[in-house]
Amino acid sequence: MSPDMIVNILAATVVAGTPLLIVALGELICERSGVLNLGQEGMMLIGAVAGFAGVYASGSLLVGVIAGMAAGVGMSLLFGFMAITLAANQYAAGLALTIFGTGLSAFVGTDFVGKTIDGFTKLPIPFLSDIPVLGPVLFNHDLLVYVSLGLFVAVYVFLRHSRGGLLLRAVGESPESANANGLPVLLIRYLAVSFGGAMAGLSGAYLSLAYTPLWTEGMTAGRGWIALALVVFATWRPVRVLLGAYLFGLASILHLVLQGFGWDISPELLAMLPYVVTVVVLVLLSANPTRTRLHTPLSIGQPWRPSR
Amino acid sequence: MLSLERRQVDSRLMEYLSPVLALVLTVITGFLIFLGLDRDPVEGLRLFFIVPISDAVGVAELGLKAAPLLLCAAGLTICYRARIWNIGAEGHFLMGAVGATIAALHFGEGTGFWILPVVLLAGIACGALWSAIAAFLKTHFHCNEILTTIMLNYIALNLLLYAVHGPLKDPYGFSFPQSAMFGDAALLPMLIPGTRLHIGLLFALLAAVAVGVLFARTFIGFQLKVLGEDHKAAEFAGFPRKRLVWFAFLVAGGLAGLAGASEVTGPIGQLIPQVSPGYGYTAIIVVFMGRMKAVGLILASALLALTFLGGEMMQIGMNLPKAMTGLFQGLLLFYLLTCDAFIHYRIRLTRRHVTASAGTNTPLATQES
Amino acid sequence: MTAAARLRLENIVKEYPGCRANDGIDLTVAPGEIHALLGENGAGKSTLMKVIYGVIQPDEGTLYWDGEKLTLQGPAHARQLGIGMVFQHFSLFETLTVTENIALGLPASEAKDRKALEKRIREVSTHYGMALDPRRHVHSLSTGERQRVEIVRCLIQHSRLLILDEPTSVLTPQEVADLFRTLRQLASEGCSILFISHKLQEVRDLCHHATVLRNGKVTGECDPTETSTDAIARLMVGDETPLSTDVPPATPGAPLLEVSGLSYASDDPFGTALRNITMELRAGEIVGIAGVAGNGQDELLRALSGEYKAAANQVCFDGQDVGQLGPDARRRAGIAVVPEERLGRGAVPDMSLVDNTLLTASAQGMVSKGWVAYRKAREYATRVRDRFQVKSDGIEAPARSLSGGNLQKFIIGREALQEPRLLVASHPTWGVDVGSAVAIHQVLVELRDRGAAVLLISEDLDELFQLCTRMGAICGGRLSPLVPTESLSIGQLGQWMAGDFADAAGEVNHAVA
Repeated sequence: MSPDMIVNILAATVVAGTPLLIVALGELICERSGVLNLGQEGMMLIGAVAGFAGVYASGSLLVGVIAGMAAGVGMSLLFGFMAITLAANQYAAGLALTIFGTGLSAFVGTDFVGKTIDGFTKLPIPFLSDIPVLGPVLFNHDLLVYVSLGLFVAVYVFLRHSRGGLLLRAVGESPESANANGLPVLLIRYLAVSFGGAMAGLSGAYLSLAYTPLWTEGMTAGRGWIALALVVFATWRPVRVLLGAYLFGLASILHLVLQGFGWDISPELLAMLPYVVTVVVLVLLSANPTRTRLHTPLSIGQPWRPSR
Repeated sequence: MLSLERRQVDSRLMEYLSPVLALVLTVITGFLIFLGLDRDPVEGLRLFFIVPISDAVGVAELGLKAAPLLLCAAGLTICYRARIWNIGAEGHFLMGAVGATIAALHFGEGTGFWILPVVLLAGIACGALWSAIAAFLKTHFHCNEILTTIMLNYIALNLLLYAVHGPLKDPYGFSFPQSAMFGDAALLPMLIPGTRLHIGLLFALLAAVAVGVLFARTFIGFQLKVLGEDHKAAEFAGFPRKRLVWFAFLVAGGLAGLAGASEVTGPIGQLIPQVSPGYGYTAIIVVFMGRMKAVGLILASALLALTFLGGEMMQIGMNLPKAMTGLFQGLLLFYLLTCDAFIHYRIRLTRRHVTASAGTNTPLATQES
Repeated sequence: MTAAARLRLENIVKEYPGCRANDGIDLTVAPGEIHALLGENGAGKSTLMKVIYGVIQPDEGTLYWDGEKLTLQGPAHARQLGIGMVFQHFSLFETLTVTENIALGLPASEAKDRKALEKRIREVSTHYGMALDPRRHVHSLSTGERQRVEIVRCLIQHSRLLILDEPTSVLTPQEVADLFRTLRQLASEGCSILFISHKLQEVRDLCHHATVLRNGKVTGECDPTETSTDAIARLMVGDETPLSTDVPPATPGAPLLEVSGLSYASDDPFGTALRNITMELRAGEIVGIAGVAGNGQDELLRALSGEYKAAANQVCFDGQDVGQLGPDARRRAGIAVVPEERLGRGAVPDMSLVDNTLLTASAQGMVSKGWVAYRKAREYATRVRDRFQVKSDGIEAPARSLSGGNLQKFIIGREALQEPRLLVASHPTWGVDVGSAVAIHQVLVELRDRGAAVLLISEDLDELFQLCTRMGAICGGRLSPLVPTESLSIGQLGQWMAGDFADAAGEVNHAVA
């Protein structure tokens, strides 16, 4: 394999990892507040179709991105209403959101199938993109890739160094104690869930506006679910989310790599790879269950309501 | 101000009323959607919910769609009662279809009464085998079953696509991605002549009743319930958690596998990529709507089967997308979970303002302070 | 009453579905006063505290703070006014440091400078004799240290009223003495203290004034230093309830349970490992294990019940090695267990009493060939209910609908009716009304007198001293010697509870035999 190919593969890895990074960062914040939202796939699909529709209607990519994020937030508020206000089972509510989002996006998107738009184009960063290897891998992408890296930094700093991050971690560990300390538990959880929704919407919009500027039914292809596994894999820490996202990104373009080696494997079998990798990663995680449990937000998945 | 208040005892009434309310709310929302799309809402709802089952053939089609839903849902019920979040019915179903196809193609045009049972058993075995992977990952590696079963669904779908594009492709099929048609001995007998309804529906009804009996009368059913309601109590009582998990997964996989096998040996008669319109996922809604009880599952599977027929009718009668099916299914589940909150909670008017007024009206207080 | 009262409550009413938790309560606390709020479990103490701290709103009634009428908007508001609260179940975050925990309770502006905050924490804790390292994570602190964090948190917010909910139930006797010293110092500096308890001796030692609650109403006020414990107890429970069980002396028989060299490392990162536990239980005796919660009690219970498996010969019951057997097999061998969490382990909350009978008594002919004979289960549940006077809305009522005392009587009855030869009971009377506690003690003594061995794990030292033939303490997963109760001083037990087994070795020889 030539050095050029390696650079190409690495650059493609970053692009393929970006939607995973965005949605996983959102879910990371959401889960840190103690809420497990299994509706990522549904929110991403809605974000993708809304983003596409926004650009199709207005011709503006910015409108598309905002539409995608707003749609994601809207979906997450539905989830929040069920899982936070009504204290419904979070698993069931998340599944409902995915099923609903899949149906709604397919319904809304029927008219957009086969339509084309002008999506995001590459925006090389002057000077930086000229650095050998690192330049083309990191600094020769569309705008949203850079945005995703900025989001990563923001989430990292927020969790580590801000009072908001402290409140979030406290609520995620024990809503009961947080309430006794006078923290607005439900509000914090709603904000965390909405952030997750915005990120899922953005991630979906990335797919339909940048990754493949098209709308097709079910185009997220399980990325929302993979992101959920990714957050567990990262033991709820942002740096590991970043690395994991690119690892899974690599898995999803592995067929290109293998074709590069000249292997002749049926495309259907290669398409399984990201899912197989996800399962393998989940298995590897079990090697150290204590560490996983040590980092798990303690209240995750448990509905909580204040007693009046 | 409105607030939610935990009921002392869960409301039995709401438990049964909730699915009905959810259906009513879904219909109302459907009405509004048709209005929003500038279509006649009454006609739209009639086309969706009534026209598909207005004649005998329609009712038979309903049974045809309800059977795989009911089989999958019966198996999932066992899992969900034990709070094992198996969402892999779709994958079990697809693998069941592939397994049955391999067997059926193996027998070709051969004859013999034993061929059909062997083909069905192959489907059951493949479904169970597929769910055994998730069971193994859960009991040995503590992997979250939601994620593993979802991933296995995607893998199964790709395996199916690989099969119809490769090893199982009909050599005389003009390179369409589908298998050869099965021999007559590998096809399910019809239940009602003149329709497509086959005896798969009987398997499904039997499975629903069996699951009902399992939970009402057997100790293993009781143990599964305890595992789901309170895993600490199950551990304290010494119930065999791993064995119960395996049981739930294998039965769910077997039943969904049977559903897949019944689909290829029934109405389709060969393996095609679109063998499932998402039965395995819709079955999740059936379980929740059916309250995990035999009669409820049967009614719910009929209702959800209707959404498939209604979606097709939308396309034919109103030129609206078939995806209406998914939309209605999603709405139904969403409303159901919302209504379910009122099994545990009730709405109460909070009396916060009363506190303040009680304070101002106490004459003793003013004297003393 | 003068306007100088720091806190005054007038006619506080709080109603929950099915019960009037506070029914017209009046209470006055003066500056610098240590005021006891007494009452048995369910008397309405917790509800009243939550009202004072703004966690819940009263349905009726008025609060006065320094003579001013007050409507609390919530805990943050209460703290801002100078009301501090130490809950019985601490409201701390285990994964955060001491400083972070305290910062969460402060307004953002005050919490911003962590260095300054750390300094203040050190100052306050040293001033009141409560050593504390602000940088440590809470999960690495002992229970006593956690309580200090809670108290320091209140003091840093300049509390002028400190509410302490059953603060001594989680401490060793020595730690209790330290706490009392701190509280007296606080009071002398003018801070009012509301001390909630049901332990009368402590109240008599510490408090200036006491208000007694029963069934949500004030049944009396007194100066505890001048009132006998019996008189206060009568105010708490009324005239009908017996105050305690008569415990005739035991006549221990042959050894029944032998645990030798039992070690167990929990896979729970916040759990406690058992370290080389060795003990012997004889038929016909009650053996007590004292200790502060979280020192291996739960692990020990699981190791005996079979939820944790040990090497076969580490647990030997009646001459049979049972270390490798699971809970079901051990139950058949005659070991019954009553866990600490009665709702959510000892009983399934949303299942009926009949179903909860099946949970551990299925071997009593309720299951044949995999089919459940619900008729048998109903009969058994009815017998438990009648025999142990469990008050419930029928045997089909869900476990969650029973009061703590009645549910505990049901669980103990369910095990006792199986005639176990060893009963392991953890905190059997925790949070239970006095009447039920007496009935539960009665069941334990009866089992003992029928020749069973009883292992009683408890935090309640009064209970242990009253019932046990022999006793010791557990700390950090290690077990002290188990010595005859009459030869054990409370000071010695306190040392053991704190993990100081230094002078124990010599005592073992002459005490156990």
